[in-house]
Amino acid sequence: MWQKLYDEVKDRDFMIIAVAMDSREDAARPWIEEAAPSYPALIDRDHRVADLYNMVNVPQAVWIDEEGHIVRPAENAGAFEAFRSLNFETMTVPEDKAATAANAKSTYVDAVRDWALSGADSVHAFDGGQARDHTAAPSAEVAGAHCHFRLGQYLLRQGRAGEGNEQLAEASRLHPTSWNIWRQAAEVNETGMAAGPEFWARVNALGDDRYYPAVDMAGMPD
Amino acid sequence: MTTILSDLGEFSVAAGPGDGLWLSREEAATATGWALQPEGLCRGNVCVPVPPGREAEFVADGNINLAAFWDHMDKPTAHSADGDVWALGEGANERAESLRSLQAPDFTLPDLDGKPHSLSDYKGKKGPAGHLGQLVRLSC
Repeated sequence: MWQKLYDEVKDRDFMIIAVAMDSREDAARPWIEEAAPSYPALIDRDHRVADLYNMVNVPQAVWIDEEGHIVRPAENAGAFEAFRSLNFETMTVPEDKAATAANAKSTYVDAVRDWALSGADSVHAFDGGQARDHTAAPSAEVAGAHCHFRLGQYLLRQGRAGEGNEQLAEASRLHPTSWNIWRQAAEVNETGMAAGPEFWARVNALGDDRYYPAVDMAGMPD
Repeated sequence: MTTILSDLGEFSVAAGPGDGLWLSREEAATATGWALQPEGLCRGNVCVPVPPGREAEFVADGNINLAAFWDHMDKPTAHSADGDVWALGEGANERAESLRSLQAPDFTLPDLDGKPHSLSDYKGKKGPAGHLGQLVRLSC
């Protein structure tokens, strides 16, 4: 999907930078090799980009223009919340949910394409005031969580698992809504996805609440 | 030796004894970009004065207590149990200000082959950046 979009508009001074937030050794490699994107796919073991841009989960994206200005701050990049109704035994979601998710995804990709072609004239490009209004500021706890996460990752790389995991747990305690952070400390299944009972307990704990704030984009399903 | 993890990278330094994180002014500047000046601890255009009357907590014998400065600047720190590794983080206020400035903060990360890429390498191009690892996967 992203590769297709990239091929369509790469001649319009357009670039995608994919960042994998999986911090385990080589966890992202099979995914990236399979997708083999022709745009850069980077590995962010310390979640530096999540810290810099105040991101909480995958997939989220930030739109950055040619001048290096943020046009749309971190937001859910068209994933809707289909994972909320994913059945992990069958790896499927109910048809209506799947249709909504597909709609969200294509709406998002279409918006990126429109912006690639029209630049600041795109209805999806925020002006400065709108972009600021949509910027979520991190709390002191979130800033602290990133600091503990970074230390934990470093200690794990040094083979200091006990101490490292304590730091990751502290990061998760400080920033409980970051599934990026939690995922690294969580039990993972054979495909590297954190989809065990703990994950579903987290999903269920949301009740009817949305995980992501709604994406303010024309055509995006509610 | 003590390891410092800062926004400039990972640094091995000789930290002095005592509570906190005492570094020579030279090593503090190398590891963090913050340098001791007559105005206080400075990086770029920003200077943080040493609080009057509390000098001994911050500066002694030409050494700087980075832990005290970080705390004073409302920036987070985290350290290993025996204090041989310190992470010096960015504060929530600076992060929020940076995001509201709408200047996309630069970063440098490796690809699978270990080749570094910086956001600033792609100036002149627009596009989405971020947690797209999962997007790549979803597109398969």
